[in-house]
Amino acid sequence: MVVFREMSRTSPQNKRFIGWKGLRRGHTARPLEWLVEKGIFVVSLSTIVLIFLIFLFTALEALPVFLGNTNNSLVQKTIPVEAMDRLTPKQLREYLGLTEKEFAGMPRETLKSLMEVKIETASEAPNDKDAALDTTSWRYLLLPYQWTGYDKSEYIWQPVSQIQKYNIVPLLIGSLKTTLVALLFSVPLALGAAIYVSQLSKPRVREYLKPAVELLAGIPSVVLGFFALMVMATLLQKAFGYQSRLNTFVAGIALGLAVIPVVFSIAEDALTSVPRSYTHAALALGSSRWQAAWQIVLPAAIPGVFAAVMLGFGRAIGETMVVLMASGNASILSWNLFDSTRTMTATIAAELAETVTHGHHYRILFMLGTLLFLVTFVANLVADVVIHRLKHKLEGK
Amino acid sequence: MIKGVQTSARRSEQAQTRALAFHTAKFDLTSFFFTGLTGLATLIILATLITILGNVLWHGWEGLSWRFISSSAKKDMFDVEKAGVLPMIVGTSARVILMTIFVIPVGVITAIYLTEYAHATSLFPRVIRGAISNLAGVPSIVFGLFGLGFFVNFVGQKMDTLLHAENAGLVWGQPALIWASLTLAIMTLPVVIVATEESLKAIPVGLREASLALGATKLETIVQIVLPQALPGILTGGILAISRAAGEVAPILFTGAAYYMADLPKSLTDQFMDLGYHVFVLSTQSPNIDQTRPILFATVVVLLLLTFALNIIAILVRANMRKKMRAVS
Amino acid sequence: MKTFNQHFSTFVMTLGIATSAQAGSITVKGSDTLVILAQKWAEVYMGKQANVKIQVTGGGSGVGFAALQNQTTDLADASRRIRPREIEACLKSFGKRPTEYKVCLDGLSVYVSEENPVKELSLPQLEAIFTGKVRNWKEVGGQDAPLTVYSRENSSGTYEFFKEHVLQGKDFAASAQTMPGTASLLQAVAKDKNGIGYGGAAYGAGAKHLLIKKDEGSPAIEPTEETVVKGTYPIWRHLYVYVNPALDKGEIAAYLNWIRSDEGQKVVKDIGYYPLPKNLRE
Repeated sequence: MVVFREMSRTSPQNKRFIGWKGLRRGHTARPLEWLVEKGIFVVSLSTIVLIFLIFLFTALEALPVFLGNTNNSLVQKTIPVEAMDRLTPKQLREYLGLTEKEFAGMPRETLKSLMEVKIETASEAPNDKDAALDTTSWRYLLLPYQWTGYDKSEYIWQPVSQIQKYNIVPLLIGSLKTTLVALLFSVPLALGAAIYVSQLSKPRVREYLKPAVELLAGIPSVVLGFFALMVMATLLQKAFGYQSRLNTFVAGIALGLAVIPVVFSIAEDALTSVPRSYTHAALALGSSRWQAAWQIVLPAAIPGVFAAVMLGFGRAIGETMVVLMASGNASILSWNLFDSTRTMTATIAAELAETVTHGHHYRILFMLGTLLFLVTFVANLVADVVIHRLKHKLEGK
Repeated sequence: MIKGVQTSARRSEQAQTRALAFHTAKFDLTSFFFTGLTGLATLIILATLITILGNVLWHGWEGLSWRFISSSAKKDMFDVEKAGVLPMIVGTSARVILMTIFVIPVGVITAIYLTEYAHATSLFPRVIRGAISNLAGVPSIVFGLFGLGFFVNFVGQKMDTLLHAENAGLVWGQPALIWASLTLAIMTLPVVIVATEESLKAIPVGLREASLALGATKLETIVQIVLPQALPGILTGGILAISRAAGEVAPILFTGAAYYMADLPKSLTDQFMDLGYHVFVLSTQSPNIDQTRPILFATVVVLLLLTFALNIIAILVRANMRKKMRAVS
Repeated sequence: MKTFNQHFSTFVMTLGIATSAQAGSITVKGSDTLVILAQKWAEVYMGKQANVKIQVTGGGSGVGFAALQNQTTDLADASRRIRPREIEACLKSFGKRPTEYKVCLDGLSVYVSEENPVKELSLPQLEAIFTGKVRNWKEVGGQDAPLTVYSRENSSGTYEFFKEHVLQGKDFAASAQTMPGTASLLQAVAKDKNGIGYGGAAYGAGAKHLLIKKDEGSPAIEPTEETVVKGTYPIWRHLYVYVNPALDKGEIAAYLNWIRSDEGQKVVKDIGYYPLPKNLRE
């Protein structure tokens, strides 16, 4: 992403900006202009407001799950339809699980139908020891459990089932696995290319190479996923001979292709920001270009490179279309790279449309979204702090 | 420090480096090996890029034709002879143009605040910059969730209760063109802000000070002197934002994309067909994969042409700008 | 100032036009099994009635039901029956149970690659394979090779139907690869000589249909129109359309009637499903 490129570049004119800004106003403000300037300030706050809103709305939907306030136990006490009139309105409303507003607007017909449906639901409840469990509680979200029909205690994500199983551990591991493969594939390539382009190539070649590599960022992720699904998966299966055609390995490689531009851009910027004087001093002392790059420039740019990897990690864990099409989407918990896997992002994309708004499944998917947001938020924060310190260090010199 | 090396003229730097390299003419196997290795890394990346583009173009070329681009998918969406992607192109263009209307004003104003008004060390600019970089890092599916949870369910439903009677059904409270555009606008905001900031910083301070000296107010200076000069940068930002948004599918999955529509979207509350979404749907749901392969690849070619052409234009404009900036300073 | 007023009024007018109710448009959402048929129906019907606009989206039966409940669709296509929980949600949302219409028949085929020597399997064998108990082809009469099971996303009605009727409600094997659509499932199976998957019989090309036996002693039946309509092929089902009773009038009711008439059922055969027996067409 182009964003951070420019933020780390220090222009020699920056220092003089203080003059322009310090020149507050040499005259009394005209009222319209004062208003417009305040307006500019307010509009700029929008980015902060937006980040806050994004977090707020995804977390709000997921809040009941976080707090443990949901209960999807299938075993509910039922009241026969004929007894409807013997209940007080409050009792009836609570039995049917309606809010005050919903209850107030409902005709008697509808309430009667709801009671009938409650009985039908109860009669459909499976004769299963697990029917009475609240499967949205944290214990079942994180710890393994032996469900009916399974041989041993396992981590199962199977939300469409009589007994909904919401264990998120396979999804977390799936996301981590694909991200790991993507980083292992892309970081060496992107770093190598960054070192080559910024330190070892001729300046005129560099002008063409840099935009050329960054063109990879222009390929939409859906095209990368499509390419992985149609072409890469078959090729890689022929080359390596494993069983599942769509698996972590394929998805990881395709994901790596999406991450390379991000890591390359920022690492290349970091390497270029190291003052040329370092390189020239090293060359003057008799080192070759490679030695200067590897032993002098790279260590000086380590904070920027680290930030690049963190942002690459954030991008990889948040990518959706590539893994949706290329990873096989099987929620298995295994560390084998050639097994299909299911990531958090692909789960949200595939399952959200079929959930009932504000239902349990819906809230758990939003919870996954909040987790993703927090992970990328932390990764970004770390990268920001590191870049900030890098800028200070270089400017201080 | 080696004197004279700090000059920025390229030729003297090259000459200096060559002179130095001449004096260190010893052949170093490690250096040669690693230089080759990193060069190979660059080559691999470029090769992958060319392979993907080449493969897609190779398979898609036969399906591409004027008819393909200009006819609609009304009949036989899966028939190679008759399929057309006009609705998808229109849908993608509509949402992207609508997005630009939202994102460019907000992005430019924020960039103006950050460069012209804010002190680099005070709290607000730092928090804003932090928020921008975080916004850039949010996963695209979380944007989709936000679009669904905020725009469709919250804002849309509030608008419905304000504007319509109870039993008119949902008009704004469902996936629609406008919500998808707004979601994409939020997603591409960082791109526009950074590109605009870069171009604003490139304008020499002397220009602004001269304007003040001639008696203009700060706001007049910004609007009449600085902004027109910064237009290429704003343009770059807009083009990059469009290129990024045209290819994104995850944010529009729940906020407005449809699989098949009889008509082109006519109002802000319509759903729309989309190139990227169509690629996704075709590659997973077409009835006969081998038969629809040409259409699939052709659609990908159209999408790539759109995003790539825009990307290349943006890069050229920016390179041009940089040359001018270097010449001035 | 004059131009500002002009612009502003144009903007308000556009907003007004945008918010006016959309006359003559029908939204259809839901099952991926039905989406191609739904699209074809829409095309043919719009060819006859020029003033009606129909838009079709897939996503899975669950998507259709969710949209029905959220009132973001007029018709919900489904490849399984609606559940009591979903009826409850509909009741809470618009106060009535949705009306169910059967629109056609479908046979679920079990696919294997054309290179696979196995030709027929029984229902108990299928259950063992898809729940993960049987992991090697040689246990069901094939070569000595590990089985790869392909399945659908859990929002799919095809998935639910297969689960309920063939797996007797048990979960699919965790190692089953989930494909987002029947076509991608078919493509995956066609390319994997050890793969096995399932899907609507309408998607045919590329892989081989297995003949299915009800149990070890019964004859193996191939999914054809005759066997499905008669009910001798063991894995068959109705495909449904659900609608909010309050909306079931005027154009929507006319469209539904047309779908279930002889004309609409002819389209069914073109796509590869099986038309309703005469007694079910009202």
